[in-house]
Amino acid sequence: MNLFASQIVDGLADGAIYASLALALVFSYRSTGIVNFAQGEMAMLSAYLVWQLMAWGMPLVPAALVSIVISFIAGALLYATIVKPLSHASLLTVVSVLIGLYLALNSLAGFLWTYTIKALPSLFPKAHLQIGSFAVSAETAGIIAVVGVVLLLLYLLFETTKVGLAMRGAASTPDSAILVGVSVPVMLLIGWGIAAALGALSGILVAPRVFLNPTMMFGVIIYAFAAATLGGFDSVIGAVVGGLLVGVVENLVGTYIPWIGPDLKIIVALILIFGTLLIKPDGLFGRRKVVRL
Amino acid sequence: MSLLSIKGMRAGYGARSVLHDIVLDVEERQIQVVLGANGAGKTTLLRAISGTIAREGAIVFDGARIDHLSARKIVAAGVAHVPQGRGTFADLTVDENIRLGAYLRTSAEARQDRERWLTFFPRLRERLSQQAGSLSGGEQQMLAITRALMLRPRLLLLDEPSLGLAPIITQGLFKTLAAIREEAGMTMLIVEQSANLALDVADSGVVLESGEIVLRDSAQNLAGNDEVRRIYLGYE
Repeated sequence: MNLFASQIVDGLADGAIYASLALALVFSYRSTGIVNFAQGEMAMLSAYLVWQLMAWGMPLVPAALVSIVISFIAGALLYATIVKPLSHASLLTVVSVLIGLYLALNSLAGFLWTYTIKALPSLFPKAHLQIGSFAVSAETAGIIAVVGVVLLLLYLLFETTKVGLAMRGAASTPDSAILVGVSVPVMLLIGWGIAAALGALSGILVAPRVFLNPTMMFGVIIYAFAAATLGGFDSVIGAVVGGLLVGVVENLVGTYIPWIGPDLKIIVALILIFGTLLIKPDGLFGRRKVVRL
Repeated sequence: MSLLSIKGMRAGYGARSVLHDIVLDVEERQIQVVLGANGAGKTTLLRAISGTIAREGAIVFDGARIDHLSARKIVAAGVAHVPQGRGTFADLTVDENIRLGAYLRTSAEARQDRERWLTFFPRLRERLSQQAGSLSGGEQQMLAITRALMLRPRLLLLDEPSLGLAPIITQGLFKTLAAIREEAGMTMLIVEQSANLALDVADSGVVLESGEIVLRDSAQNLAGNDEVRRIYLGYE
């Protein structure tokens, strides 16, 4: 029973990381209709940035915060310099450019920091929280708490502030947003910034678990895609629920189905993506797109 | 002095010119209607005024040139545009649509105005938490107009408010527009294809044909004009 419970809790922590990266995908997709294939590599660079700042003598927590802020700016710049100029280009062009960016960022990390793995310390102490007979590591609890707080802040931003409302309006119906005086490009810029900041958070949380290396986000981005697809690619709640579900399922399958184990776990993500697209293409929470002819 | 004064305006889409040498004045507190067949350039006229398409010529609003301003700046100057096909936020709730309409206003102004306009459209009050996309056509039009009024505009541009609505709903809508003009002194420029009901509440009107204004008169005279009756009102 305890093994089962701890697999669930560990799954939720992994899931929280997938959820934040899935949310990053969903934010850029909702605002501009573009899936940012380079989102994971941007997150990887954000994690490297923390390592670099620490190598220059900055303590971990401030380094993480600085990295998240710089990532926000980088995401906004990406929108302004690459995504916005391509807003009338064909989908294939945009996808090619973003996959190109994926490769470029990956090589850039290798060039700057080499392909040798590096250790990024965890934000949380190596302690355990004891609840009755059940022990949970401080890292697991911390990841769930940090992502929970970030989600709460995002919820408050979008549901209770004027800027949040304008961002939702600009993402859903840009033509109407212009007519109420909202600057749509500015809102989309902020949206891409938030996406990059969320990605950075996922990178910083996952790096201590997998070691820093240029391919560290490969697995995470696949799970994040599975989470976003499962939740419905345009749903914020869907990305969170999808992320948590993927995390839990991944852990349970890895533990209880011996022949899958840790090595084949990534197959679970692909099965989830494939299964969702086959059975319920709009995902659990996505809206069915109705096109009027 | 007219609230809106247009001289020698040309507009179109890319190389295709739709409007040629438009001269049009809209007086403060008046409802002016633009009649014309499909493709005459009615929608283009409103888009040119609100700056959502490229245009040339002099557009003077409230004493200042607005023809070089972006759509967003024109909104801020006090011109609210209700485009054809409503122009609401289908994914947001009715209340969020109304609040977003007041994006350029303070929240105190927004609260005040929300109450004021909801008394004109009580149906919307019952639907505040509903998604705008789930409203009926008439309710969506009411919401689009309320959204536009929340800007505290000086001039309201309405593009075929009757489109897709039953005649009885259209009638109620025009009555409400007349009441809003009476009470708030709102100036309106309304594009309409079903001219009957629009001319009932309008003060004056123009007829647009192939991108040119071919007739301008009081609403009463237009409603009595034989040619207008034959072409736009469906009388033989």
